[in-house]
Amino acid sequence: MISNKTNQTQRNYLVRQFMAWIRPTSGINSTRLFAWVLIAPAAAYMCLIVAWPLLETVRLSFTNAGIGSEEYVGWANYEKLLNSRKFPATVGRTFYWMFLSVGLKLILGLIGASLLAANLKGKAAFRVLVMPPWIVPIAIGCIGWLWLYNGHFGIISGVLQQLGIIDGPFEFLAYKRSAFYSAIVTDVWIGTPMITIFLLAAMQNVPRDLYEAAYVDGASRWYRFRRITMPQIMPTFVSMALLSAIWTFNSFEIIWILTEGGPRGATTTLIVDTYKTAIANYKYGQGAARAVLIVAILTVFMVLYLWLVKKVNRKFGDNK
Amino acid sequence: MIDKYSLLEKLGRYAAIGIFLTFMLLPFLEMFLASLRPLTHLFRTPYQFWSDDMSLQAYSDIWVTVPKLPRYIFNSLFLATMTTLLCMIFVVPAAYAYARFDFRGKALSLGLFLAVNMFAGAVLLIPLYKLLRSMGLLNTYWAMIIPGAAFLVPTGIYMLKSFLEKIPKELEEAAYVDGASRLYTLRRVILPLALPGLIVVGVYSFIGAYAQQFLFAITFNQERDYMPLPAGIFEFIGYQQVIWNEMMAASIIGILPVLFIFLFLQKYLMAGLTAGAVKS
Repeated sequence: MISNKTNQTQRNYLVRQFMAWIRPTSGINSTRLFAWVLIAPAAAYMCLIVAWPLLETVRLSFTNAGIGSEEYVGWANYEKLLNSRKFPATVGRTFYWMFLSVGLKLILGLIGASLLAANLKGKAAFRVLVMPPWIVPIAIGCIGWLWLYNGHFGIISGVLQQLGIIDGPFEFLAYKRSAFYSAIVTDVWIGTPMITIFLLAAMQNVPRDLYEAAYVDGASRWYRFRRITMPQIMPTFVSMALLSAIWTFNSFEIIWILTEGGPRGATTTLIVDTYKTAIANYKYGQGAARAVLIVAILTVFMVLYLWLVKKVNRKFGDNK
Repeated sequence: MIDKYSLLEKLGRYAAIGIFLTFMLLPFLEMFLASLRPLTHLFRTPYQFWSDDMSLQAYSDIWVTVPKLPRYIFNSLFLATMTTLLCMIFVVPAAYAYARFDFRGKALSLGLFLAVNMFAGAVLLIPLYKLLRSMGLLNTYWAMIIPGAAFLVPTGIYMLKSFLEKIPKELEEAAYVDGASRLYTLRRVILPLALPGLIVVGVYSFIGAYAQQFLFAITFNQERDYMPLPAGIFEFIGYQQVIWNEMMAASIIGILPVLFIFLFLQKYLMAGLTAGAVKS
């Protein structure tokens, strides 16, 4: 009983100490400490799930890690990778994949946002109807496209046959070229809604008096779009372009579900190649070397991005 | 006057919106139609858009073909919920710190958080696999929850931060003057006011967690009892044939939860998403 009470007194003392510690005081140190205490859990989590795995990937890339033992092999994985016949093609394909897909997403997103920004009846409903490809599970969206691309029974092949554009069933995912472009279409389908919505929001932030002044001066709609809308949404546009580039570069699930990188490697981008090497074939070391290259390329991207954002902000001014 | 369109302009715009939305929604329509067709009809050429033998039969057959389907659906919802909760535990304090305090290393650490967006889970799979194995978490729900939530945290912090910045600082200062502690203020003053923001970030995380269940599920989990729907749905692809109509029916069912959540909350989501993200 007595010891219980002592415990309680002690606990109360500790609680008071703790409360005094977290109570705001005017000292700058306490603020900084409190801020870091709040951030620490998230930071530790990121270290565990992102930063440490990243360092471990770099280490693994210098080993021959696989199912069995692992030994240090120096730059062997990188040499093998850079000297392989397929690798330059894979890198080229990845960049082609990224530029084509991001370009299409941006163009479609810009068109979509302009259309949805117009003051038309039903615009609220249109905005909602754009979203589904983005919010449904990626894997399920891809299953839908698997069915659409089916040569014998899918709607695309069916309609093209009825229109007389193709004579017989066409399996879109069975040929190198058509598989690649089919995967692009699906990737664009999934990526466009987000870009549309963000560009739309940026367009709605453009001060109306700019348009009105231009209108009074007799500027055409196209001119207003070119000289007012585009410069004003430029910061958002650049952000979306680069974020989308990073995501498209890393786009894995779409390709994996549609083609698993086939036929004959036609849709194997770097990320798919990494997965195939490391997870499907258990060559961890060689897979890690590929992952490190991806990170290196994306880091260059990131630096480019920050530089571009700075430049764009200086040129077009902060929106706020 | 500036917003007035001539009839022709109007028609052109509606037509363009129609084409745009057709591209966005046609796959869903076709999935739904395929789910209504009997399997024998599916494998019939030439392609028919509509026919008389359509029925909802597939929606009752799916539960027989893949007996674990209810389990997969439950897993999907459970995983997304847990991932969201875990994500929010890390997001809320950090976002509050970034919204309210000035401290050395603020911009740098926030930048590092956002840099996480650069990495897809697919790049880090090998060490993550080893990490989860060493913690004994492979083939459990945690194998999908822990890495899944990590990639949602940075965006969550960023979104919630911009919500919290809109709450006037004076409210907190008034609470401090009354002798409230920081934690008490956070709990009783800030969080209730930030509730709309919390909901938006939570729902955003939920949708993200629900949408991206494939990769970690097929890599870190081999236990069928823990499989989420996007991975389990591939059981409709049999050795002999693909049961397309039932696969489409199951897909439609898998889409419905997020679609409902989105429809109910779309007003807040649209505003919240873009408020936090249109950045300088």
